[in-house]
Amino acid sequence: MASSLLGRQTAGRVPAWLWLLLFCAGLLPFLHGLLGVWLHWLGANPVEAVTRASGDWALRFLLLTLLMSSLRRRLGWRLGVRLRRMLGLYAFFYAVVHVLLYLWLDQFFDWVAIGEDILERPFILAGLLAFLALLPLALTSTRTMMRRLGPRWKALHRLVYAAGLLAVLHFWWMKESKSDVSEPLLYAVLLGLLLLERLVARGHPAD
Amino acid sequence: MFIRKPQQLTENAVTDWALYQRRREFLRGMAGVILLGAGWPGRAAVATSPRPADDPPNSWEDITSYNNFYEFGTGKGDPARNARTLQTSPWDVVVDGECTRPGKYPLEDLLKGMAIEERIYRLRCVEGWSMVIPWQGFELGRLLKRFEPTSRAKYVRFETLLDPKQMPAQQGDVLDWPYVEGLRMDEAMHPLTLLATGLYDKTLPNQNGAPLRLVVPWKYGFKSLKSIARISFVTEEPETTWNRLSPEEYGFYSNVNPEVPHPRWSQARERRIGEFSKRKTLMFNGYADQVASLYAGMDLSLYF
Ligand code: HEM
Repeated sequence: MASSLLGRQTAGRVPAWLWLLLFCAGLLPFLHGLLGVWLHWLGANPVEAVTRASGDWALRFLLLTLLMSSLRRRLGWRLGVRLRRMLGLYAFFYAVVHVLLYLWLDQFFDWVAIGEDILERPFILAGLLAFLALLPLALTSTRTMMRRLGPRWKALHRLVYAAGLLAVLHFWWMKESKSDVSEPLLYAVLLGLLLLERLVARGHPAD
Repeated sequence: MFIRKPQQLTENAVTDWALYQRRREFLRGMAGVILLGAGWPGRAAVATSPRPADDPPNSWEDITSYNNFYEFGTGKGDPARNARTLQTSPWDVVVDGECTRPGKYPLEDLLKGMAIEERIYRLRCVEGWSMVIPWQGFELGRLLKRFEPTSRAKYVRFETLLDPKQMPAQQGDVLDWPYVEGLRMDEAMHPLTLLATGLYDKTLPNQNGAPLRLVVPWKYGFKSLKSIARISFVTEEPETTWNRLSPEEYGFYSNVNPEVPHPRWSQARERRIGEFSKRKTLMFNGYADQVASLYAGMDLSLYF
């Protein structure tokens, strides 16, 4: 998502089987959640389990999306960049599921309570901002939008970094009150490495 | 008050189990609809079945698989997975502080002469979920009196066992070990305050705080500490684990109060485990009639 799919380097077409494989793999967490609720895999509090899982997967796909251009730069693996749009859209898909679960099963569409939640709780606000950062990226992910926006597309899609930082912050603030930030710390380190790689890459115009 | 005889409970638990299952069906029905399209008429009928007005106990499975017991890990499933390593017998409880009969008491001695009774209590976790649990145990006050606390005893301080070999997560530093909780003397002597030794007529499972745990039903669950190894009569309000860690989030009193939000989430409603919609959280977790007088004149938003 961070830069054009039609980058300067032609990476060749993605083989259909790889595309399909990734598409199916991306749906697995969703199916796991549905089946889990249906067949009682998710323990005593299935609502909590699916809310958390969807948030986790939104963040994981976001990091995977960011990983692809690093892989191209570091390992010369170019196919990944061509799969990036799907990864980014999966991040958005799970974010949508996550937000819908919150609106429905946590708040039952009580808009006053939701408004209070956003205003009073920095952890919710961070999640909302992360979501709002992802939204325009998903909306402009089509080839037509890419062409229409030209160079502004790339600038717009830098929002992915804001989304990543805000999502990690969201996770961190949520876990902080439970005195266990080990998981958000792991994501923060991974995001940090991906950002660091980009800073280093700036000195190498070869990309 | 939720006090029933064991015989009644057994009968109750059977009918309530069916209700519980039906509520569970609703969620499953939703997943089924999404999975298989809307063509599930049998499930649609389930979705509109009314919720019971009373508080049926949660299932043994839910009560023993969804626990906060950081000594065995921070995930809700960790205690059930990891608590096997806890050695509950022999078990000693150290009693010290402002009392005339301090000592190190084997659990058998403490239980001697204590008639075990059934108490079905609501448990409200500070995280926003709740359960109904059929405990077996005895009133804490009856035990405390045996140690003859002096007039200087104003608070009771409790410690969970400290033994990183038995409680593996104590090797890490998620919390300051051992886990410490405390009650004001009148709270400790209140007839609702229970020491539990069992649930569902079975020995307390390790993940629920075997062999002896506190149950204070009008306070958030973290006040009801598990696997008690030490009871101290003290003159000052004890420093408790969560309160010391984050005083603006976890007060010493931590009475269930829908009007005082946790800084990171509202406490106005709760998800009863096994139910689909949320319930309104009740003042003092529904035990206001019995305990509100303990806090007469106190500003509960200050002493939260
Ligand atoms: C309006 C936007 C959002 C709201 C209201 C929201 C709300 C929440 C809530 C209430 C939780 C806590 C669940 C629980 O404690 O059981 C949570 C957890 C989480 N959210 Fe969000 N969220 C939002 C957006 C996002 C976005 C965009 C991402 C990622 C890209 C995200 C990632 C996460 C993660 C990783 C967790 C922690 C899951 C875990 O504990 O394993 N959230 N969110």
